[in-house]
Amino acid sequence: MTLIGKLLRAVVLLVGIAVSIALWIVLPAAALVGGGLLLAAWLALTRVGRQSMAVTWIGVSTLPQRLGASSVIIIGIAGVVAVLVALLALARGLQETLRGTGNADTAIVLRGGASAELDSGLSREAATLILQAPGVARDASGQPLGTAEVVVVVNLPKKSNESEANVEVRGVGAQAWAVRPNMRIVEGRRFEPGLRELIVGAGARQQFTGLEPGSTISLNGQQWQIVGIFATGDAHESQLVGDAETVATTYRRGGFQSVTVRLASPQAFDQLKAALGSDPRLKVDVRTTRAYYTSQSQGLSKVIRIVGIVIATIMAIGAVFGALNTMYAAISARAREVATLRAIGFGSTPVLVAVVLEAMLLALLGGVLGAVIAWALFNGYTVSTLGANFSQVVFRFDVSPVLLGTGVRWALAIGLVGGLLPAVRAARLPVTAALRES
Amino acid sequence: MKYLHLVWAALMRRKSRTVLTILSVLAAFLLYGLLDAVRVAFNSGGTIAGVDRVVVSSKYSIIQSLPESLVARVAATPGVRKVTWANWFGGYYQQPRNQLINFAIGADYFDVYPDYGVTPAMADALARTRTGVLVGKTLADRFGWKVGDKLPVMGSIFPDKATGETTWIFDIVGIYEAPDAASRALEQQVLLNWKYFDEANAYGSGQVGWLVVQVSDPQRSAAVAAAIDALSANSDHETKTQTEQEFNLSFARQMGDIGLIVTAIIGAVFFTLMLLTGNTMAQAVRERIPELATLKTLGFTDRSVLALVFLESLLLILIGGVLGMALAAALLPVVSAASGGMLLLPPISAASWAIGIALMIAIGAIVGVLPALRAMRLRIVDALAGR
Repeated sequence: MTLIGKLLRAVVLLVGIAVSIALWIVLPAAALVGGGLLLAAWLALTRVGRQSMAVTWIGVSTLPQRLGASSVIIIGIAGVVAVLVALLALARGLQETLRGTGNADTAIVLRGGASAELDSGLSREAATLILQAPGVARDASGQPLGTAEVVVVVNLPKKSNESEANVEVRGVGAQAWAVRPNMRIVEGRRFEPGLRELIVGAGARQQFTGLEPGSTISLNGQQWQIVGIFATGDAHESQLVGDAETVATTYRRGGFQSVTVRLASPQAFDQLKAALGSDPRLKVDVRTTRAYYTSQSQGLSKVIRIVGIVIATIMAIGAVFGALNTMYAAISARAREVATLRAIGFGSTPVLVAVVLEAMLLALLGGVLGAVIAWALFNGYTVSTLGANFSQVVFRFDVSPVLLGTGVRWALAIGLVGGLLPAVRAARLPVTAALRES
Repeated sequence: MKYLHLVWAALMRRKSRTVLTILSVLAAFLLYGLLDAVRVAFNSGGTIAGVDRVVVSSKYSIIQSLPESLVARVAATPGVRKVTWANWFGGYYQQPRNQLINFAIGADYFDVYPDYGVTPAMADALARTRTGVLVGKTLADRFGWKVGDKLPVMGSIFPDKATGETTWIFDIVGIYEAPDAASRALEQQVLLNWKYFDEANAYGSGQVGWLVVQVSDPQRSAAVAAAIDALSANSDHETKTQTEQEFNLSFARQMGDIGLIVTAIIGAVFFTLMLLTGNTMAQAVRERIPELATLKTLGFTDRSVLALVFLESLLLILIGGVLGMALAAALLPVVSAASGGMLLLPPISAASWAIGIALMIAIGAIVGVLPALRAMRLRIVDALAGR
């Protein structure tokens, strides 16, 4: 064969691999399952397919003899998948926690241009105007369902490393319980308005020391007592909550940071937005809490996701070389076996398919192992990071089935690339020379 | 060393296997180089910290300010050479995702911070122009700002006293370049004229966010810090004084335990790597048993055969590892540039190189020891007979 022919073949092969990986990543799960079914049908129904099955079975049944070399593929790929799934689960956990904090039934009002509550400031007059605006739901006695809130930050030592971190303290209005019905006391009792009492989110209690019911903490030099623990299942669990007026007095604040209101109906948002926008006394931005909290998580979770994919890609490249090594070694060890098959009439396609399938089977085992490791170690594991308002957000790793699927998909892609080149070599093995090899 | 060509011949025996193994070692150490830079970037808090600087901030939290009157009292504390102060301003440029690191800075700020590379002319221009700001070169390049441009800053914490708006228009009067590569992170900042900020913000004057104190004797900085905190003890603005490094680290730590995450990933990578190259070495020795026996027949001692195989393993890892770290060193500036200045990764330090090479030698040794022992214990007769 001429050199040009060799080069052309190599180029075609590389382009083919690149295209198939791109397809693999882009294709939806349904298409992949369909492809898998087609492959299975081909294997079971056609003559070449059945031959491929037979050759594959020979390879697979001798795997235990090559345990050491095969485990390189499995463990190498398990490492890639575990790291990938763990980092994606971290990003997803943060995103889901913040997205779940907001909903379409409540709206948050901040000063115009403010990107978080800590950048915002609303005067008492403004807060009153917002609470009385049309579109705000009212309770049975005609009071608007809204809470004007003061947000401050306090330093507390973290349990994990005793270093101090910022914790959000939220002073809320009397209607806060009606605005956030998912907020419920799990231990102790509610704070009394007018007293220096705080309730602590379950997440904050877990991450910081000294937040047990009955203990006191210092806010701006004044002693506050912790009287209860609350759960919400969202980012509010990272906070301490007390009475807005009392928190404002402690910090000598004249106004509020934000107003959160319950909307009278889903359509009332536009009404509220129009009313606040046309009031010359107000310069505010109004968003549904869902839009607000979703935007808070976007930057960081995107960064974590990109970092995770970059790290996993580099690891995957390393794992591909490991898989190539193992499969080349397996081919050269079985050169006589393969040549014998060819000599008794098997075509080159079954040999090629068998080697690729064997590599992908090992990769699948590795992918599942890695996904299980990531799930067992990290699912539900609680961590915290610096979120909006310059304070800690407590959230959990969220190893969802979708992420496990992504991990397995990566594993199979690595197996495909690692198996294809050795498979081509096996299929093109010169039969006579290989038979003579010792 | 005289056997180096022999080791080389062994490595070249199966070129494709050697190349594939080196490439996977390369990938592992590329990752090590990149992640270690991330770890260093976070642990240094983004700037080089002066040992003679301590930072005085509110004991309760970062959002609470201190009275400006504290500056004079701190300046009078024994052991203090110079005091300056600053207040966080915040805000963004054009879009909320372009958050700015900007603060108003007090008198003598650049005497305490020579690291910025601000010339006296620039400092003077800032002092003379009420609405002036100094911006770092990295940030100016990112947004294409020039001296003389107007810089609108939106969404600051502070409204303008006159208009009630939170949009402020500043004039760029200077673009500074940090002279030292390690303090390049300072070029991300926007520095405001204190007098203008103090007069024009609606939340009142005389409030500073934090004080930066230069101590005369870094050895005594702990005692000076205690004396400064004693000034405000039992007042409504108690302070916490810490070294600049602690102050910066406290921010980085709040992002999460970056060090732990990096160590965990590196651990997973190296565990996989060891398994992979260990397998390769075992394979390489297994295939060469007759050759090794021949060497022994020719008079090579057990010990030199052991050394040959051991060296082969070390060389394999070292070639891949050094190439990987070199690639990481080449990629770091690219990553920093691609992040648009969001993530400034320092070049790989001598310490990281030393740790990296120590890791290569350790992994090479662990991987090489079993195959090398096997080669040493070969009995010539059995090996030649293929038993």
